[in-house]
Amino acid sequence: MNSVIFLTIVLLALSSYFFGRKKAILIQSNKRLTALPKFYGYYLAIWCGAPAFLLYALWSIFEPSIVRFFILSDYSSQGLLEGELNLFYEKVKSLSRNQYSGELTAELQRSAEKYLNFRDIAKWSKVVIVLSLLIASTGYAYTKISNNTKTREPVEIFLKGVFFLSSLAAILTTIGIIFSLLFQTIEFFQVISLFDFVFGMHWYPAKAFVRDASEALDPSMYSDTFGAVPIFAGTFFIALIAMCVAIPIGLLSGIYMAEYASKRLRQYAKPVIEILAGIPTVVYGFFAALTVGPFLKDLGLSLGLEVSAESALAAGGVMGIMIIPFISSLSDDVITSVPQNLRDGSYAMGATKSETIKRVIFPAALPGIVGSILLGVSRAIGETMIVVMASGLAANLTLNPLESTSTITAQIVVILIGDQQFGDPKTQAAFALGLSLFIVTLVLNIVALSVVKKYREKYE
Amino acid sequence: MNKEERLIKRYKAEKRFQFYGKAAIFMALLFLVVFLTKIFSTGYTAFQKTWLVIPVNYNADLLYLDPDKKPTTEDINDADFYEFGIETFITLDPDASEDQIMELKKMFAFTFERELKYYLLDNPDSFGKTVDVKLTASDDLDQVFKGNYPRDIPENRRRASDYQLKIFDKLNEDGRVISEFNASFFTNADSREAELAGIASSFMGSLFSILVCLSIAFPVALLAAVYLEEFAPKNRFTDFIEVNINNLAAVPSIVFGLLGLGVLLAVFGLPRSTPLVGGITLSLMTLPTIIIAARASLKAVPPSIREAALAMGASKMQTTMHHTVPLALPGTLSGTIIGLAQALGETAPLILIGMVAFVNTIPGTPMDPAASLPVQIYIWAESAERGFVEKVSACIMVLLFFLIFMNLGAQLIRHKFEKKWN
Repeated sequence: MNSVIFLTIVLLALSSYFFGRKKAILIQSNKRLTALPKFYGYYLAIWCGAPAFLLYALWSIFEPSIVRFFILSDYSSQGLLEGELNLFYEKVKSLSRNQYSGELTAELQRSAEKYLNFRDIAKWSKVVIVLSLLIASTGYAYTKISNNTKTREPVEIFLKGVFFLSSLAAILTTIGIIFSLLFQTIEFFQVISLFDFVFGMHWYPAKAFVRDASEALDPSMYSDTFGAVPIFAGTFFIALIAMCVAIPIGLLSGIYMAEYASKRLRQYAKPVIEILAGIPTVVYGFFAALTVGPFLKDLGLSLGLEVSAESALAAGGVMGIMIIPFISSLSDDVITSVPQNLRDGSYAMGATKSETIKRVIFPAALPGIVGSILLGVSRAIGETMIVVMASGLAANLTLNPLESTSTITAQIVVILIGDQQFGDPKTQAAFALGLSLFIVTLVLNIVALSVVKKYREKYE
Repeated sequence: MNKEERLIKRYKAEKRFQFYGKAAIFMALLFLVVFLTKIFSTGYTAFQKTWLVIPVNYNADLLYLDPDKKPTTEDINDADFYEFGIETFITLDPDASEDQIMELKKMFAFTFERELKYYLLDNPDSFGKTVDVKLTASDDLDQVFKGNYPRDIPENRRRASDYQLKIFDKLNEDGRVISEFNASFFTNADSREAELAGIASSFMGSLFSILVCLSIAFPVALLAAVYLEEFAPKNRFTDFIEVNINNLAAVPSIVFGLLGLGVLLAVFGLPRSTPLVGGITLSLMTLPTIIIAARASLKAVPPSIREAALAMGASKMQTTMHHTVPLALPGTLSGTIIGLAQALGETAPLILIGMVAFVNTIPGTPMDPAASLPVQIYIWAESAERGFVEKVSACIMVLLFFLIFMNLGAQLIRHKFEKKWN
């Protein structure tokens, strides 16, 4: 039914375009038009489609919750919990689809009938109201066209409005992120104190398994369960290992590409290195788990070291390789944009190329390089799949790279994989971790971007 | 130290520095080579599948059918092929004990019933005769045949027993073990059995997600870029939008997964595990990438084009839609493809919105539960069975193929259609 209404709106809007254009050509025979005939068509089509579609969309969004409200209003006085009401409503819905296999009660049957009834009313009233709005607005636009009013300006204002709304999508996404993270996090901190979360030393979310809702509200259940210190430490530790791999290789190859490499080498090697950035992270994760982890373990055994098969070193090392191209490309750009006269001055003083790079170009490019490294760090902190697959999932507080540790992102995946229950502190803990991840990466990005921007301005 | 020696030292330092640079590039390239070699060498065997060709006697008595009359399709469909299969397997070793019969059965994929039935349905003439039928080998034997399983370790640490290997070797000597192109890898949905698992369901899941992502992200991003570049007044609000877009581009992908979970699933109540939700989540993620690319190519259109159009009496909107946007389209499209390639390889956000469920049907619409190719890689990589390792690598090869294909497409569009302004 929904798609039928939608298609009807689209078809009517399309046909009214041709209708409007034809009308304009008719008017043209005895009057001067205010715009090209196609604008008359657009004008009519917009008035035909836009209001009806808006109403249709709003109706479709709000209909389920309104129907739900009416059905459940019969039971609101019985003092049922939110969860029980939800369950009841799901039962009613499945019964109305004839898919219900549980115990039938008179209440349930009555509600299911009522539900079907409401859905029927809602469906038909939707059709009638949307179509009548469509006819009314088209009629209004038609009289306007017939009076030969301006059509181009309203059409362009409408389009501009659509453009503006599209540009809000980015803001809406940010608001959506903040809203969804904050909302769950606040609920989480009503059960667990902020202090315990930020300074607690033990992270065992599996312990927070609750059997029913009454237990979930008991804070003593969660003492020593959601201490995020091991997670934060693990995150920064793995990021540190990654940067130990990525900074030397990335920076040196960036410098070589910018200062030494022949045109041919640049032409071929640069895109090939950038392939590393395009490989999906899950593929790196598989490689780390299948090849690097066992390799390090065997290597450790032959050296007499105890290496866990899922070590921080394997995950961090592979992550570092993933980050190489970010650092090498960005530092390449930054170094290339250092003005030539700085180099010439240094050469004129008799410095070798490497001395020039180390003493003149590197200091001059330092802010930009720091910016690129910060962006790399933010990548490393936000990286998920490599850690999930190659490092452990248990949150150990350790500084030994040969043991397994866990990160913010990995814990979010561990908690949220499979079925989640909203309102459970475990689920909310994932959102709290997500919020801290969001804040850390946001700060890193803002700092990095502003550093790079300042640097660019300096030499432009 | 005299002047000469100092110069030599300095030149040595120069050489050393250059060597470090070369070594760094070499290491990065080396890793790429090792990585690709590893994936290809473990993965290529998955494109072959091992079959056992065994003589099957479609005897009427064994199938409990009437021997005098040709069975109809319905008769065959109703017939019990399990017992029939077991009887057939016993012919491989007539002296087999009870346990050994079970081992014989385990040499074949559990779909042997269906395979025997379909053979008879396709070749009704073979009823009552003994014919050679091709049956899928179990993944353990498949791995043995491909040489991925060492045979020299003690029996209790092996998945294939000595007895199975003995029968298998005998079949092999008779030329009854054949290896053919593994079409089912591309046509089957996921399965718990490695020999039957395929990527069709996850491929369709990826395809639907990417289509949803494209149909949302491309128009919205293009219009947003047009607004910001061509119409927006320079004020604080547009600056804010710009900062927002730049930051959004660097937000970790898993946060978008949390957004999808917390808003799309929990607030809007969209169906879990579906490519629809996956596509919307990915579209939010690729939106900033496409906006940035589109803005860059709009910026690259020289002002003279706009001025010429305006001078001819076109309105601002007409100038934009007829001249600026078409000229900026190639750059925007190649940015879109790169954004989509990123989205295609994304795993973490899809796991959070539940696209990690085990799906053994091929989804027909974006509203059906599905996995996606990267998630399939994750699911198989977490599975303990040896047979899945080559599947993971093969799946990675398929994914990398699409990524390379998309990136080349983006390059092609850029080089072929983009106007270079001087």
